[in-house]
Order: sequence, then C-alpha cells, then structure tokens
Amino acid sequence: MNNSVLILGAASDIGIAIAEKYASKGYHLLLAARNITRLTALQSDLQIRYKISCSLLEFDAAAFSMHEKFWQSISNKPGIVISVIGYMKENDQVVASQNETLATIHSNFTGLVSLLNIIAADFAARKEGTIAGISSVAGMRGRQSNYIYGSAKAGFTAYLSGLRNKMYQYNVHVMTVLPGFVYTKMTEELNLPKLLTAQPKDVANAVFNGIQKRKNIIFVKWFWRWIMLIITSIPESIFKKKKL
Amino acid sequence: MKKKNIANWGNYPVIESEERTFSYTEDIQQYITSKKSFIARGNGRCYGDASLADDTLSTLKYDKVLSFDTEKGFFECQSGLTLDKILDIIVPTGWFLPVTPGTKFITIGGAVASDVHGKNHHIDGCFSAHIIEMDIACDEGKIITCSPTENTELFWATCGGMGLTGVILRVKFDLKKIETSYIKQKQVKAKNLEEIIALFEECKHYTYSVAWIDCLKKGKGFGRSILILGEHATINDLPANKKNDPLKLPKKKQITFPFNLPSFVLNKMTVSIFNFLFYGKNFKREINNVVSYEPFFYPLDAILHWNRGYGKKGFVQYQFVLPLESKQGLVEILKKISDKGLGSFLAVLKVFGNQDDLISFPMKGFTLALDIPVRKGLFEFLDELDQLVLSYGGRLYMSKDARMKPEVLKAGYKRLPEFLSIIKKYNPNGKFSSIQAERLQLVKK
Ligand SMILES: Cc1cc2nc3c(=O)[nH]c(=O)nc-3n(C[C@H](O)[C@H](O)[C@H](O)COP(=O)(O)OP(=O)(O)OC[C@H]3O[C@@H](n4cnc5c(N)ncnc54)[C@H](O)[C@@H]3O)c2cc1C
Ligand SMILES: NC(=O)c1ccc[n+]([C@@H]2O[C@H](COP(=O)([O-])OP(=O)(O)OC[C@H]3O[C@@H](n4cnc5c(N)ncnc54)[C@H](OP(=O)(O)O)[C@@H]3O)[C@@H](O)[C@H]2O)c1
Repeated sequence: MNNSVLILGAASDIGIAIAEKYASKGYHLLLAARNITRLTALQSDLQIRYKISCSLLEFDAAAFSMHEKFWQSISNKPGIVISVIGYMKENDQVVASQNETLATIHSNFTGLVSLLNIIAADFAARKEGTIAGISSVAGMRGRQSNYIYGSAKAGFTAYLSGLRNKMYQYNVHVMTVLPGFVYTKMTEELNLPKLLTAQPKDVANAVFNGIQKRKNIIFVKWFWRWIMLIITSIPESIFKKKKL
Repeated sequence: MKKKNIANWGNYPVIESEERTFSYTEDIQQYITSKKSFIARGNGRCYGDASLADDTLSTLKYDKVLSFDTEKGFFECQSGLTLDKILDIIVPTGWFLPVTPGTKFITIGGAVASDVHGKNHHIDGCFSAHIIEMDIACDEGKIITCSPTENTELFWATCGGMGLTGVILRVKFDLKKIETSYIKQKQVKAKNLEEIIALFEECKHYTYSVAWIDCLKKGKGFGRSILILGEHATINDLPANKKNDPLKLPKKKQITFPFNLPSFVLNKMTVSIFNFLFYGKNFKREINNVVSYEPFFYPLDAILHWNRGYGKKGFVQYQFVLPLESKQGLVEILKKISDKGLGSFLAVLKVFGNQDDLISFPMKGFTLALDIPVRKGLFEFLDELDQLVLSYGGRLYMSKDARMKPEVLKAGYKRLPEFLSIIKKYNPNGKFSSIQAERLQLVKK
C-alpha cells in the first residue's frame, strides 16, 4: 500500500479534476481509461506541475474477463481507488437498443461490481484501503427520462452500501458519492439550473475531503440531500403521473 | 441546442452563442467537420467581438502542459492554458514569459491569435518572435505543424490572424531567464507630451517601458504622464529579507468587482489613483523600487471583473499605432480626445520597436490605448478618429476592436490582400469565422 491513487474513468471531466486534486496533494497516480493515448497530455501536465509520478492503464468496465488481470498487473497497489466511470445516453435510445441497455448497465453497475469485488478482497486481506464510487442521485428514484441509467446507478449505490457494511470489519473505507448536476461533457447539451450545478473541481474537493474524513455518503452540494429527500417521499401514486 | 449570452472583456457586444468545449486533440476533428462555421474562443480577454460567433469552441479545457525544458527554457502546452498558470510553473524554476500583455488571464491560443505585445516590445518584439513551432487544426480538421521555417505562410497568417486560419492546438515557445521574481522599477513624471516622448527615447535601453498619460489635461500640462520602467531584478538588487527566496511566487490576493457600476465610478477611481501618484507628497520626479512581478505587469488583475466598473452598456478600448515620425498625429488625436472630454481619463502610451509582419498590429511608433464607455455618438466620433489615424499612416488593433469599418482595416494593414489569400487556402469555406471577421469582410461564409 502506498501514497498512490487509482482513478477509474480518468478521462472524464470529473476524473481529471480528481486527478489534479490528488496530484496537488503529492499523491502518485494511476489513471485508468478505455483509451489511454488520449491521456498522455494529462499525464505530462500532472508530472510537470506537481512532480509526481503518473502511469496510464487501459481499463474497460465491460471487458469482464480482463478485470482480474488488470488488478494483478499493478505491482505497487494503490491505497485509494476511485471509480468515476459512468455511461449515460438518451433514455429512449437506450431502451430501443439492447446493446445500449447492456452498455449502460455494465458501465454503471456490473462492470464496476466485477472489478471492485477483486479490489475489495485484496484490501480486506491487507486490512486497509479506501474505495470511493461515483454514483448518482438519479439512482435514488427511477424516472421515465432516464430509468436505465438510474436503475444501474441504483444498483451501484446499493452495492457500495453493502460493501461498506461488509468492509467495516476489515478497516476498509467505502464511500458513495452522489453528485447532483455537474457541468461536464456528459451534460454539456443540457440546460442545467446554475444554482444546483457543481463544477468538476467541487466534486474533486468533496471527494478528497470525504476520503480524508472517512465519510460514508457525500452529496457534493448539501441541498441535494434535501431535494432527494423530497423527491423520494412523493407517494408513488402521484409520482407515476408526473412527467419527470 | 443550448445557447447562452457571451461577451468579451468590454461587455460589448453581447451575443447568443452555442459554446462547446473539448479536452482531447482526438475530438477536434469531429467538431470541426460537424459545424458549418464557428470561432475558437480563449478566455474572452479581447475587448470586442473577435472571439464571438453563433457557435464558439472554448479552448479552456484544452489546457495541458506538454513539456518544459528547464535547461533550455522551452515550454510546450495546449492552447487553452492561461498565462497565470504558466507563471506558477515557470517562475519558481527561474524562467519568465518572453512577452506578456497587461493581464495574465489570457490563453496561449489568444496570445498567438492576437500576436500580443508587452512592455518590452521595443526589445523583444511580439509573442510570435518566441514561438518555436505550433499545430493548427485547419479546414476538415487536418492538423498542420508550422513554424518560422515550416509552412511559413500558415505560421504568419496565424500570428495575429484572430483565429481565422483554424484552431491553434499546441504551441511550443521559448522563455526568458530570470534570477528573481522581482522587478527593479523606476517611475518618472513627465510634465507634458514633449517630455514623455523624449523620455521614451532616453530610456529605450530599459527592457520594459510604458506610460500612463492623462488625456484630459489641456494647456501647459497637455500630455502629462508617468513613465514606468523596469528590469528583472538580480539577486543583488533584492533587499536582504527577500534574498533567501528570490523566485518566490506572489501571494494570490484577489477581490472581485461585485456588480455593474455606472462608468463614472471606475473613472473616479483611476483619476484619483493617477492624481495620487502625480501630486502625492512622496512622489518626487523619480521613484525607484523593487516590486514583485505581479503589480508591475498586472496591476489590474488584482481586481477580478473590474470591467464591470464600466456599467451594463459596456465599453470599447480604442488602441491605435502611429509611425514614429507622426508625432504630430499623436498630438492631434490627443487634442481631439481631450476636447471631446471623453470619459476615459487615462490612457496607456508606449513606443513600439520595429516589426513588420503579415497581419500583426505593432509597427515602429507610438501606440495609445484608452477605454471608453459605450454611449450615444461614440461610434461616429471614433470613425472620425479612425480617419485621423489613417491619415498619419497608422492602424487599429483588431484584438481591441468591436466597431471599425472594413475600409479602415484595409487602409491600415498594407499586406491584408496577402493575408486574405492565405486564409482562403486554409479556411476556404469560412469554417473559422467570428462576427468581427464578418464585419471586417475577412471571410466569406
Ligand atoms: C486588462 C487587459 C490588458 C491587456 N493588455 C494587453 C497588452 O498589453 N498587449 C496586448 O497585445 N493585448 C492586451 N490585451 C488583449 C489580450 O491580450 C488579447 O485580446 C488576447 O488575445 C486575449 O486572449 P484570450 O485567451 O482571452 O482570447 P479571446 O479573447 O477569447 O480571443 C482572442 C482572439 O484569439 C482567438 N483565439 C483564441 N484562442 C484561439 C485558438 N486556440 N485558436 C485560434 N484562435 C484562437 C479568438 O478567435 C480571437 O480572435 C489586454 C486585455 C485585457 C483585458
Ligand atoms: N455530470 C453530471 O451531472 C453527473 C451527475 C451525477 C453523476 N455523474 C457521474 O459522474 C461520473 C463522471 O461523469 P461525467 O459527467 O464526467 O461524464 P463523462 O465525461 O461521460 O465520464 C464518464 C467516464 O466513464 C468512462 N466510461 C464509460 N463507460 C466505460 C466503460 N465501459 N469502461 C471504462 N470507462 C467507461 C468514460 O470513458 P471514455 O473516456 O473512455 O468514454 C468517461 O471517462 C459518472 O459516473 C457519472 O455518472 C455525473
């Protein structure tokens, strides 16, 4: 175990912000993404600016058979693993295509479970380590506008809470991150309410502080907790009639 | 599609635009081929409409450092990186920007596209003089490397070309060696225009020089100014308490200008600062001191969004250059400005050194820049000034412009036809175009 962090999905805006935050605190980085040639610029940037080491690893959540090998290939195991991976496409498109449906479920849920099981077992044996997963408030209640993504995130959220419960006895910290809206490539085309929307670096700061303080569940902007409390308490008989 | 209101530093004009971002070189081609027409946008620090269009591509996420040779002083980065972040990296290792404008909140792409000048123009030239090579994504997203020795016409049409050759992606340039992060500064009072012009000549061996000039003063004190000179301080120039950390970065202190104020407020502020300096008891004819690079190069950056001080209607910055022999033109223009009693009290005066590039603004001579709040009758007045500038063989800076007529550009930039023919080659379908380029008839869509 050492002073390094593995970021899964590092090519995303939130992943980049988290990488920069940890680099600025002197951590060494392992950045994982599907296409690592894209990450060479980020790699040189972080090395030059923060004088840390940074290596790039190929990882695809949907390539289940590679997961064991992926973790084995890392010789110096990181003390912190953060998954930023997520996949969201327009819901109707996803529903209409079995491939898209499975991609959504594997990228947001099953692929992550497959890898994190391996990592958690390793951490449990070492009796240390931190696993943080970026899930979504979209998983707290299914809505017609994105229930495939939402249900996959719901699965991931439930997985993380169970894992936290199980890992407690092994001194392994598991944190669930529920960002509300964030300005990223994923949401560039949407009109998001300014007040409710965070910047990637807000998420990065929240993740860093949450891990430092060994938090269980964090919302990036505090009011999302209350917004979701209201949304989840609307009776289903009313909720089902709403266009949400 | 999502549109939002955007404007550059002068808050004039404001337009609706669909602004997109990109983080990876691999994504640029797809964007370029998917759009009929758009313009690259850096940090929006040009004053007018040069980086405005219905579709804009922000480079701010394309901001990675690619290499930094601390031995040779070569720096290579993506175009969206801003100068403030570069300074944070290079200064502690004993290097400085070869050329910097009066704000550090601009991107490298913007530095190239405007071919920016600094207080050291008469010694070190413009930013383009320090570029080793760069990559441009041109029509169809094709990426072309150019430098002063490779694809030279693309290179020279891109420096000062206001984004019209394509999207600048990677820039490699050289840095200036420094011993300390401090500047040995000298401020000298000049009673009038004659005196300040003579002073510029007398002090031309100083690396950095610029003057604040009072545009309203008439009569004997016409053109009274303060000349600000500087050299990078050596360790020996530093007071004992600074010697142990000579390359220290200045503390990041910033206050934000909270909201749009009517324009007279900012004016009052600058007026009182100037008067304080000019008449202040402690202010002898000459002051010498050692200051951090921050207040020397970027005095206004400490106040974020100070442009809001000009009110909702926004302002324009009028910047022109006149050949050195046209001193009389400078007198006439300043007279016209002071007679009009234009809002702007202070202007920045500088003497440029030699430069004769394809489309870059500087040429040997006097350059004057002043901020003027937008109001009725202003543009007509500026049209008259334009004619004066042209009659003395001068021209205007496109990076500050929001209103000049195409004829004025044409008359001022003698090599414009050559520039246009290169644009036609690399941007044949008007893919890269801003509302400024349309107004100035630089590209056909
Ligand atoms: C307070 C203040 C002081 C200033 N002082 C000076 C000074 O002393 N000297 C000086 O020369 N200028 C000065 N300027 C002007 C400023 O340096 C230039 O306007 C600069 O180009 C702004 O860069 P930007 O990144 O904000 O780009 P923008 O303002 O967003 O764009 C400026 C131009 O660059 C183009 N551009 C930007 N990025 C790219 C890219 N990647 N590829 C292709 N085209 C691109 C745009 O299309 C546009 O034409 C000053 C501005 C301010 C606000
Ligand atoms: N933006 C928001 O408003 C918001 C709100 C709540 C939660 N979130 C969550 O925050 C995280 C980051 O989102 P973002 O907005 O930054 O979106 P993004 O840019 O779309 O990032 C998603 C990342 O996941 C990676 N990914 C997707 N499928 C993968 C797979 N099968 N294997 C490996 N990597 C895969 C992508 O990699 P590639 O680069 O290879 O495509 C991409 O880097 C996601 O988990 C998202 O669900 C975002």
